[in-house]
Amino acid sequence: MTWLLAIFQTLLFVALAPLLAGWLKWCKCHLQNRQAPSLLQPYRELLKLTRKQPVVAEHASWIFTRAPYIIFSATVLAASIVPLIAVDLPTAAIADVIVLVGFFAFARFFLALAGLDIGTAFGGMGSSREMTISSLAEPAMLMAIFTLTMTASTTNLSFAIVHVLNEGLVLRPSFVFALFALMLVAIAETGRIPVDNPDTHLELTMIHEAMILEYSGRHLALIEWASQVKLMLYGVLIANIFFPWGIAQGFSIQALAYGLLAIIVKLALLAILLSISETLLAKMRLFRVQEYLSFAYLLGLLGMLSHIILEASR
Amino acid sequence: MMTMILAYNAVLLSFASGLLALLSNQRAMLMALSQRYLTSDFHYPRCRKFLDRILEENRHASLHRRAVFVLLGLSGVFAVLAGLAVMMGQDSLTDQIGLGLPWLPWHVRFDGLSGFFYLIIGIGVIAVSLYGPAYVAFYQESQNPFAVLGLFTGLFVGGMLLVLLADDAFFFMIAWELMSVASYFLVAFQHEHSANRRAAFIYLLMAQVGALAIILSFGVLASFSDGFTFDALRQATLSPTWASIAFVLALLGFGMKAGIVPVHVWLPEAHPAAPSHISALMSGVMLKVAVYGLIRFCFDLLGELQWQWGVVLLVLGTVSAVGGILYAMMQPNLKRLLAYSSIENIGIIFMVLGLSMIFMANGHPQLAALGFLAALFHAFNHSLFKNLLFLGAGILQHQTHDLNIDTMGGLIQRMPQTSFLFLVGCMSISSLPLFNGFVSEWLAFQTALQVDVLDNGVLRSLIPVSAAALALTAALAAACFVKVFGMIFLGLPRSRNSEKAQEVKDKSMLYGPALLAGLCFFFGIFPNLIINLLNGVAKQLLGQSLPNDTALSWLWLAPVSANKVSYSPPMVLVGVLIAGGISFWYLRRNLETKTMRRAAAWDCGFGGLTPRMQYSCSAFTMPFRRIFARVWLIDERVDKEMQGAMDMEVKAVHYHLQVQDHSWPRLYQPITHGVNQLAKQVGRIQTGNIRVYLGYSFVTLILMLWVIS
Repeated sequence: MTWLLAIFQTLLFVALAPLLAGWLKWCKCHLQNRQAPSLLQPYRELLKLTRKQPVVAEHASWIFTRAPYIIFSATVLAASIVPLIAVDLPTAAIADVIVLVGFFAFARFFLALAGLDIGTAFGGMGSSREMTISSLAEPAMLMAIFTLTMTASTTNLSFAIVHVLNEGLVLRPSFVFALFALMLVAIAETGRIPVDNPDTHLELTMIHEAMILEYSGRHLALIEWASQVKLMLYGVLIANIFFPWGIAQGFSIQALAYGLLAIIVKLALLAILLSISETLLAKMRLFRVQEYLSFAYLLGLLGMLSHIILEASR
Repeated sequence: MMTMILAYNAVLLSFASGLLALLSNQRAMLMALSQRYLTSDFHYPRCRKFLDRILEENRHASLHRRAVFVLLGLSGVFAVLAGLAVMMGQDSLTDQIGLGLPWLPWHVRFDGLSGFFYLIIGIGVIAVSLYGPAYVAFYQESQNPFAVLGLFTGLFVGGMLLVLLADDAFFFMIAWELMSVASYFLVAFQHEHSANRRAAFIYLLMAQVGALAIILSFGVLASFSDGFTFDALRQATLSPTWASIAFVLALLGFGMKAGIVPVHVWLPEAHPAAPSHISALMSGVMLKVAVYGLIRFCFDLLGELQWQWGVVLLVLGTVSAVGGILYAMMQPNLKRLLAYSSIENIGIIFMVLGLSMIFMANGHPQLAALGFLAALFHAFNHSLFKNLLFLGAGILQHQTHDLNIDTMGGLIQRMPQTSFLFLVGCMSISSLPLFNGFVSEWLAFQTALQVDVLDNGVLRSLIPVSAAALALTAALAAACFVKVFGMIFLGLPRSRNSEKAQEVKDKSMLYGPALLAGLCFFFGIFPNLIINLLNGVAKQLLGQSLPNDTALSWLWLAPVSANKVSYSPPMVLVGVLIAGGISFWYLRRNLETKTMRRAAAWDCGFGGLTPRMQYSCSAFTMPFRRIFARVWLIDERVDKEMQGAMDMEVKAVHYHLQVQDHSWPRLYQPITHGVNQLAKQVGRIQTGNIRVYLGYSFVTLILMLWVIS
């Protein structure tokens, strides 16, 4: 039963991801005085792409054609271990938050390889930049996560969320720092403004788009979907770790429905926040990203230190 | 006793393979002679035929090489068996060999720790001996005789195995020197290039300085005990200061061999110089013997551990890990890159050992066991994937006659099997889930996160920072190996050699890497097999096993406690297969769009994509070079050649990039300078005047007489 629920939660996660992307776009359009596409537009695009025959460059190897499946399944697996509507599901025990970071690394590894596979300058540029940014973002992210895991003394996400729930509403300085650090990292890792611009096709500014320039058809659909799932993953991490209230602790229908409602509201609010920041900010130069990410790292470090100095039991 | 015989057999077989390499080279000539003289009265036709077949002109050399490597491989098999047997048996065996000094026979002890490193050496040696025969066929006999290579390989492997068996300081040093000196000859094997001679000399110099430090550290211990056997050394009670002195000396000595920053400079020089299967052994196996030495010395002989030592190890390890991978990233030479990446991995091992020491000294032996286990598991993993990558580098060198990453490209089409094996190596070294490298790093993170039990505020904030440095290292390693794989195997070929490269003809060359790649994946999915063995080692050495060793089943990895952390690689694998399988099946069910259309890559409408337009190695790492600019000594120049009437037309642009290690100008050049200065000062007393020399003798004589009376 719990396994079924876990599988259902994963499917729900993957199914809702395009909706979040659509909602984000909708908010952004309204903030920028543009006419918004329908909320279901991302679904239509994915469906359209899966129906098309993919065009692949002549000397592409198996890495290029298999990478989308690898990226997608790694991301889906990452989604399966993050509690969305309920805690204590059996999938959460398969892997902890460090493995989650590992799944992201796995997907990224193949994405970067696929970028290099064609042998055009675009792909190489995208891969190089992606690996640079991620290698700076990863320590910052783990620093923020360590703050949480040291407070809850577990790296299992489900247990950590339960711990935060049981503590009740306490203002912890370490969590405030960690929250901001994780938000900055999330923006960098999901390729949003001000680090990368998902809507641009200008070679000087793009990172993620440069890597997947050669993809088309179902391959592109998988990669796009995976990046939507990844965006939602970060959203859920932020929402459920720092504001876990509402998540189902039992498996009754009512609790689950309440949990679903709670996470939808939380994600919708986060998306509004993101769209405001994307509207207000401009994309920054590539070599400013290091300062941005070291700031995120610094926040994470401050969170850790304030946990050790202010909050630890001794 | 059976185990002991296995262990001895491993050593003897490796020596035998060395001797065979030496002997049969001579015997080939002798046999040819005997053949000439025995024609008339030699009556055994079958034997005759056999001899003829062995001695056949073309086949003899290859048969002989095979025989040598078969013996070496058998030595590896025995080493694996012995190691497994002693770890399963959970007790330590002792023995004495009547060699060595008259009052001090060689003491032998074979326990779980030695057994584990026996296992590491055994697997490495098996892989190398599968790979070796085809690889060494590449060398010309006149220039690089096989006898030399085979002899010193045998001695080298035997030396390493003996180090693990040693139970007294003399025997330990003899075996250690055998290992060092034999490997010196292997580094100097291709001595026709002056760079290799220089590399070998640096290696020998540092190996000897390191050995001196080890001897001194044993000396410090021995002066507080009554003898040189390890049993006596264990009994020694040292004051904290003397213990710290012994620790620092041992760290210097073993660290030099292991390649810890800043005494790492021999590694990137020596690894590219040696033949690939030897660099695989040196990097994958010999560095682990140095780690063994340090563990044996600190955790076993030195007794009471101090947490400050742990901090020293932690800091040195962190610096080596981050520095090693940053330097690795900048290397265009594949083997140099792998050498720097070994420094990184040794750094990680030292880091986790440091954590283990800190926990041990603060009275948390179970967590110390966790760290200890993570360190040993990483040593094991590193020996697998680094061996694999070095053997792969050997194949690449063999097929493209080059080691420069910037001249390769597109090899995945031409060398599909090699590229797949290499990919597995790259994925494990980048510590991606499902592969073994990830498990040990995961354990390292888990150890670091247990920091809450410590009371010391400095440690509590230092350890998470070093864990974040470990995360940085892992991410940089992924970037580095994306670069390596992408530049070598993907894209378009960047030179004629890589355009014409083909898969290896002799498939036996792929067996060794295939074995290692299989093990990398296998232990990534079922890490508990090794962890259970290691748990026994930890119990034997530290007197403690994991906090939660009952929960170690084949499915779950939950080292601390089941309701805190867990990781289940088999289930992750199943999950990935299901998710990948469903998407693969679902998206390809439409027959019309199932086949992909091949078309030219997008060239922005200008046409004529050439391989030179691809990102190169230095282009890929350019953002890193800017962000971490202070880490290297970078010499970057763009030279323009001008032509035309006013010299205003650009004819050609040359880009020049040289990345150098800080340690040369900062540490080694001052030392060489100082030594030269000192030599000059000493040289002053040598006036060349006979009367002065007679005066010296006279004064010495008087002095001696005065001392005696």
